Amino acid sequence: MVPVPSHSIIPERDVDEIPVMETRHLGIEFGGLKAVDDFNLTIGKTEIAGLIGPNGAGKTTVFNLLTKVYEPTTGAVLINGQDLHGMSIVQASRLGIARTFQNIRLFDKMTVEENVRIGLHNQIRYDMFTGILRLPRYWKQEKRQHERAMELLDIFGMQDLADETAGSLPYGAQRRLEIVRALATDPKLLLLDEPAAGMNPHETEELMENIAKIRDQFQIAILLIEHDMSLVMGVCEGICVLNFGKVIAKGTADEIQANPAVIEAYLGKKKEG
Amino acid sequence: MIFLDHLINGLSLGSIYAIIALGYTMVYGIAKMLNFAHGDVIMVGAYIAFCGLQYWGFPPVLAILVAMVACTILGITIEGLAYRPLRQAASLAVLITAIGVSYLLQNIALMIWGANPKSFPTTFINGSSIRLGQLNISTATIITILANVVIMVGLTLFTSKTKLGKAMRCVSEDRGAAELMGINVNRTISLTFAIGSALAAIAGILLCSSYPILQPTTGSMPGIKAFTAAVFGGIGSIPGAMLGGILLGVIEIFGKAYISTELGDAIVFAVLIIVLLVKPAGLLGKPMHEKV
Amino acid sequence: MRKCEVRNMTKAKRKRLIYNLVTFGLVIVAFIILENMISAKAISRSLKGQLVPICAWIIMAVSLNLVIGFSGELSLGHAGFMSIGAYTGAVVSGWLLSAFDMQDPLLRLVLAILAGGILAGIFGVLIGIPVLRLRGDYLAIVTLAFGEIIRNLVNVLYIGTADGKLHFAFLNKEKLPAGVTMLVDGAKGAVKIKPISTFEVGFVLILITLIVVLNLVNSRAGRAIQATRDNRIAAESMGVSVTKYKMMAFVTAAVLAGMAGALYGLNSSTVVPTQFTFNQSINVLVFVVLGGLGNVLGSIISATFLTILPEVLREFADYRMLVYAVVLILVMIFTNNPTTRAFVNRLASPAKKLVRKNRGETAGGGDVK
Repeated sequence: MVPVPSHSIIPERDVDEIPVMETRHLGIEFGGLKAVDDFNLTIGKTEIAGLIGPNGAGKTTVFNLLTKVYEPTTGAVLINGQDLHGMSIVQASRLGIARTFQNIRLFDKMTVEENVRIGLHNQIRYDMFTGILRLPRYWKQEKRQHERAMELLDIFGMQDLADETAGSLPYGAQRRLEIVRALATDPKLLLLDEPAAGMNPHETEELMENIAKIRDQFQIAILLIEHDMSLVMGVCEGICVLNFGKVIAKGTADEIQANPAVIEAYLGKKKEG
Repeated sequence: MIFLDHLINGLSLGSIYAIIALGYTMVYGIAKMLNFAHGDVIMVGAYIAFCGLQYWGFPPVLAILVAMVACTILGITIEGLAYRPLRQAASLAVLITAIGVSYLLQNIALMIWGANPKSFPTTFINGSSIRLGQLNISTATIITILANVVIMVGLTLFTSKTKLGKAMRCVSEDRGAAELMGINVNRTISLTFAIGSALAAIAGILLCSSYPILQPTTGSMPGIKAFTAAVFGGIGSIPGAMLGGILLGVIEIFGKAYISTELGDAIVFAVLIIVLLVKPAGLLGKPMHEKV
Repeated sequence: MRKCEVRNMTKAKRKRLIYNLVTFGLVIVAFIILENMISAKAISRSLKGQLVPICAWIIMAVSLNLVIGFSGELSLGHAGFMSIGAYTGAVVSGWLLSAFDMQDPLLRLVLAILAGGILAGIFGVLIGIPVLRLRGDYLAIVTLAFGEIIRNLVNVLYIGTADGKLHFAFLNKEKLPAGVTMLVDGAKGAVKIKPISTFEVGFVLILITLIVVLNLVNSRAGRAIQATRDNRIAAESMGVSVTKYKMMAFVTAAVLAGMAGALYGLNSSTVVPTQFTFNQSINVLVFVVLGGLGNVLGSIISATFLTILPEVLREFADYRMLVYAVVLILVMIFTNNPTTRAFVNRLASPAKKLVRKNRGETAGGGDVK
């Protein structure tokens, strides 16, 4: 078995801050099969980290564990030092963790702007009766939501798409909309599940820039699952490699690329002789 | 002894519900639709058998066969004309269409046979009753329970051993893959409707043999209850429909006997609700896992 | 609506405003026309008698649309809430009259409607808690079950009033004290009601329903409700509590249905349990689906049309329900089958292009409903 490096992958600047996320021996079992086993990862407050591994390694399952879509069978997840044990998806979301989905989950029948506004649901609020009676607070908060939604859409230059039905957008735009919606929730940690899927090299470049821009502008941490190595190696400060539910390597891009266990996981064992 | 009496009645009523529920569950499994009109096919079967026995002087076996054939044709026709065009549509649309078909059947029956309740001839089944110790069981009850067992065994063998039956299971599980394997999906679905409708005819005859009042709305309530039973047992599951139906019948009879006659229906539905809260996918149902 | 907001509106918002205005406008104009017909005595007796029921069914359809169209849950027991409202309304009205000698019919009607709505809302909460934990078909079945339970229970409910107090009995009529005035008599239903419902009140109730539903849907809570319909997991991941918002839709609809029930019940001298069966729930479901899921204006039109239709077809007496059934089937097939839809769209497309040109819209605008 290959030794797993014991250092975490927190960048220098974040070392004194509470890590935005820490998992301790996190694991989940489905009827005897350990989909994720002894997953330990710490992510710094403004780190861009990557989670990679062959298909079926358990990456999305990790995301589901972090967001409490699944309840872990072992271990713990801490967001900004707080244990998520027993929390619901909604409660975890309130603590500042937001995500996009591998198989896009937009609100198809609603417009682009409305999708983003759902992200703003807990940020700019007013209650049901204020809405029905159209009290002054309704007008004020609706205006704020509209302005904020437009601001957020502007990150990806999507302002003129605001009235389009989300389901009618081309694939790439849908992926970008998911990211905007997740950002609207004002997260501390943004989980991106294969954000570059289906993108050409030019779009991937743009995405890389946008991810860095988002981190710099919002000062948040980003964890992404990706198969596109140029994106991962280009933008991630720390990378965690998963295979068969277990962590097989952690480190910087250079360390990972040189790691024989990682190479073996992706390419298979080198033939003898 | 009264307890056993009730139990047997419950099993008998439950058998009828089970046979009807089978039709619902098989159609749901294969076409992913709730065939709202199923209860009314039961009514049509009963009416046709009634005509056979009362007006056309058929011997019982012939009347039953004619009713079964008529219902089979009816079922296939309905499927082809009303449901097949909507295969791609939203399930709510098909549900409404099925409601339309239900209204249609009830009103055609109303036109043909009138609103006055007919008395279903019970002589051919209810000839005698058997004494078992202190119990007096009518032949209708025995035949009903036996019919249920035979149908259950028959269907289980059919779906597991025969090519057609296996094809039905394939289409239920994955229509696209079944088609790619060369299975004629249209024909398989029609076959499912045919079997379900034939069973409905039997159920109608058995129902009216034990509860001899026949009117255009006769199929409605048993249809709803059997549909409930199918969901109760786990919609799409054949053993579930059996179990659900029988349990529902037993609960209904016991509820009416020991708690209150008027509240019989309420008790049945209350039990359903409680069970679904504990087992949200029904007794034998498999919970659907959404891939996140 | 502030004037400055109108100018700055996006296309989608403008479309929505027009839709809402048309909806209100249609109802108001229809009301004015009908009121004139009534005072000019230019209205048939049968249509006049249908006015209050039409109001009730419109409210039922719009409220059910909130649950099915906007919240995405199939409820098959909506008539149950209507019956709760009807019985409550009848009891409250009868009690106010006999115990407090409240002669003013309008006041009694308003209080009865409020009571009906509130009680139906309470049941909505009680029923919603278990129901909304289930999914899809199972949820539908449980709503059906609750509807049937309610129907069963009112069948053996006995309520009477004496000395200003209400007396309740269940299953056993004898438990009521002697000399009591019966308000609800088991299977006979609510009896000796003084009919006090008016078309005017019905109209106001429709307006209230429209304000509640349209404003709710176009608000933060409404977007949340629709999000839970479109994608449950995504909604939760964005911090939207699915249970809370599905409950909101369900209970709001229940309250509206209860008010409609009270209006409907106080329109005749008796209300019987058989008026609120599963068939009625199905009827309302048909209104909603035919009018379009999520289409409030559509629900108003379909509810009105389909309530009047059987009366209009009365000449065909025996055949009218048959015709209704055939029409229903044909309409569903034509509007949902992809080939017929494409066919109809091709026929309609020159007409659609003409309309778009006149509106000054550019081609390629997204179809937002």
